[in-house]
Amino acid sequence: MSTATILKLPPQETARLPKRSYLNNEYGLKSWLLTGDHKRIAILYLISITFFFFVGGAMAGLIRLELLTPQSDLMATDTYNKVFTMHGIIMVFLFLVPSVPAVIGNFVIPIMVGAKDLAFPKVNLLSWYLYLAGGAFTLAALILGGVDTGWTFTTPLSTHYLNTHVITAGLGIFVAGFSSIFTGLNFIVTIHRMRAPGMTWFRLPLFVWSNYAASILMVLGTPVLAITLVLVILERAIGIGVFDPSKGGDPLLFQHLFWFYSHPAVYIMILPGMGVISEVISTFSRKRVFGYTAVAFSSVAIAVFGFFVWAHHMFIMGVSNYSALVFSLLTMLVAVPSAIKIFNWAATLYKGSITFETPMLYSFGFMGLFTIGGLTGVFLGSLGMDIHLTETYFIVAHFHFVMVGGMLMAYLSGIHFWWPKMTGRMYPEGVSKLAALVTFIGFNLTFFPQFILGYLGMPRRYAAYPPEFQVLNILSTAGATVLGVGYLLPMIYMTWSLKYGKIAGSNPWQATGLEWQIQSPPLTENFIETPIVDHEAYDYEWLAHQTEHEVQTVG
Amino acid sequence: MDSQAIATQPVHDAHEAHVHAPYLRHHFETVEQQREASSFGMWLFLLTEVMFFGGMFTAYLIYRNWYYPAFVVGSHQLSIVLGTINTAVLICSSFTMAMGVYSAEMKQRKALVGWLLATIVLGFVFLGIKADEYHEKWEKHHVPGLNFSIQEFTHPTNPEEKALPADMAQKTQVYFSLYFAMTGMHALHMVVGISILLVLVVRAWAGAYTQGHMTTIENFGLYWHFVDIVWIFLFPLLYLISRHQ
Amino acid sequence: MSEPTHNEQLNLEPTHHEHHVVGPKTYGIIFGTLLFFTGLTVAASYLELYTFNAVVAIAIACIKAVLVILFFMHIKYSSRLTKLTVAAGFFTFLALITMTLTDYISRAWGLW
Repeated sequence: MSTATILKLPPQETARLPKRSYLNNEYGLKSWLLTGDHKRIAILYLISITFFFFVGGAMAGLIRLELLTPQSDLMATDTYNKVFTMHGIIMVFLFLVPSVPAVIGNFVIPIMVGAKDLAFPKVNLLSWYLYLAGGAFTLAALILGGVDTGWTFTTPLSTHYLNTHVITAGLGIFVAGFSSIFTGLNFIVTIHRMRAPGMTWFRLPLFVWSNYAASILMVLGTPVLAITLVLVILERAIGIGVFDPSKGGDPLLFQHLFWFYSHPAVYIMILPGMGVISEVISTFSRKRVFGYTAVAFSSVAIAVFGFFVWAHHMFIMGVSNYSALVFSLLTMLVAVPSAIKIFNWAATLYKGSITFETPMLYSFGFMGLFTIGGLTGVFLGSLGMDIHLTETYFIVAHFHFVMVGGMLMAYLSGIHFWWPKMTGRMYPEGVSKLAALVTFIGFNLTFFPQFILGYLGMPRRYAAYPPEFQVLNILSTAGATVLGVGYLLPMIYMTWSLKYGKIAGSNPWQATGLEWQIQSPPLTENFIETPIVDHEAYDYEWLAHQTEHEVQTVG
Repeated sequence: MDSQAIATQPVHDAHEAHVHAPYLRHHFETVEQQREASSFGMWLFLLTEVMFFGGMFTAYLIYRNWYYPAFVVGSHQLSIVLGTINTAVLICSSFTMAMGVYSAEMKQRKALVGWLLATIVLGFVFLGIKADEYHEKWEKHHVPGLNFSIQEFTHPTNPEEKALPADMAQKTQVYFSLYFAMTGMHALHMVVGISILLVLVVRAWAGAYTQGHMTTIENFGLYWHFVDIVWIFLFPLLYLISRHQ
Repeated sequence: MSEPTHNEQLNLEPTHHEHHVVGPKTYGIIFGTLLFFTGLTVAASYLELYTFNAVVAIAIACIKAVLVILFFMHIKYSSRLTKLTVAAGFFTFLALITMTLTDYISRAWGLW
């Protein structure tokens, strides 16, 4: 293992956490539960989504346990349906969608633009309570007996043929959706209207651009999901026939409306993660991101194009051949901006001074795994391939590669990167590198066999499968066990670091960006005086100049 | 060139004229920034509402194309008189709301309260007429899922109305599903709007909006006008399908 | 050359625009116009215009909506950002409708 590191900590014998910070300027439960401070809200989100991550993860564990054997012997097939549905709903809506924006974005974006808080602190707090309410409804659905529609709520199964808790789950997601909308709304207004003097659009860190693009998707896409869920609930509760063929409705209309949101949703999930990668790769290669403008505009391009490709989830559902053609073509196009980003990150690495701290390890994992996941997405965008591969484990592997291998790794990368800023303390580097490695190995062992399974024809959402697929399934479950260890380790050592971690100081990574120029943890008001920005993003020369003149932050 | 240190201005000029309007929230630098941010935020929220109703308009578009005869007959079941009156009522309420915003800008407290009250009254009139229409639908068994009957469409009581074959008559359920979903969602937004108006009227009477800070009234006005715009589209789409037959 | 003061630098950001107050006369004219168009759309629905009935109805509704947006909601006097925001909303709504229609228009089955 290389001992080269850019980590620069203050001398630990004399280092202390700052006397006053957002963590200790007010005490008591009420000061947290009624806070307007974006940083405290970010911590509240961190705790909540970690909880839901483990609930969703437990569901995943149950799935993999069941799939150890070809028969449906661990649980009844109906129960299995409920398990994978809850896994999907919780992981997508209660973990992935809010992960980077609500935790890292909430914490860091106001500081990155040079503001004291987000534009609407009360709306931010409301957003967290809506998230909790949505989560509560979803847990209620789980406890009351579960939902077995699949996270996609496809009609007429969900409206007509099941008597599980579809309405409760639907209400949960409806409410959680508004949490997402308000976060996005807050970000857009903050980024447009609250940038510090000198902070022009093209001096913003790319993390801000990515979250801005994701916020546009949140604001414009999520309401369509909301109305779709309302219509499903009305159809179940009252019997209106909007999606019911026997009353003249079209079940495919549900899918059009559902996927109009749910496809942009995957970009809502991945774009903030890509923002993290931009920051981390730049910092740990000591080099500005190659092609800043291209990366910034690709983020927005992904958001715009992302609205035009949704029917690629419906190729076999009965859409006309002509529209399938149009959507397939557009799907090919939407891959281009994502690819541009990968190329630009690779070019950033070229001739950079690369070191391998934990955030960088996760980012490397992201680059490889997201590329594989993304490429398989292009395969699926091609109509001929999709006919055979859709509704198989190939799809499952594809989206887990982009969401877990991509997004979750980016989230962990970001958590490790900004942990010293959020808490003032370093996580332990040795065990965290081990956890990153374990996660990477576990992930590949879990999901790579699923590409093969899908290609061989194993259908998704089935508790029982032909016995010839068992070996690959066992490999996958073994991998899931390893992956679980990889996710548990950070829980343990991050918590440990809160008390015993080394004092980080304001800029342990020697990174550029306004958040690294203030104390760790930050003051409630972030800045003592409004910063004035006169340098470009990722300006390492400026940073060296700063350090030379030994500018100390006032705590 | 001496680079400016970030966030380390030597002395926080706390004693500098830190006089600012009491309604300036501390995370904003100026009142102007606060006003523009809150207005922008309101517009973004209205965008979400556009997409929210947009899903239902999409459904309407498709089913009207598929089941046009059923939609025609369904539309004839609505009272064009009540619909037109309601449209006029909402347009009036938009006018009164806009005048309320003007009064707030001109710092005329009593005028503001008057215009807000007028808006509330008109809102109630709209909802009252809507309730009457819904009641009539219930009486005539035109509520989908709950008590729907196609009798009126296969054997119309109105001699000018064409009888529909049974399978097309069934499709009137889709029309009425959309009617209730769209006007119901619109009415829900009216109820929320009127509730907020009641709070605003009380605070306006106390002078909260006539001392220079009328952003709340302005932004609520945006919401109210949006709800009016939704109805401007609902009215012809639901009430005026082929009245010439 | 003196450095701009801190406060002067803070004021450099271009977020200001004229705060235009729309008066009762404008509101009154728009109000009357909206009522006129309402009457017009009701009258038009009694004419036999075949497929153009729907076109006329939507066109009149759009005119009314535009009047409300421009004058009652002050878009005519708003910043470029606000105008862009409204445009983005309509653009996304149009994307929803048109892309969904690519499917429904080109289907062979399901049409009545």
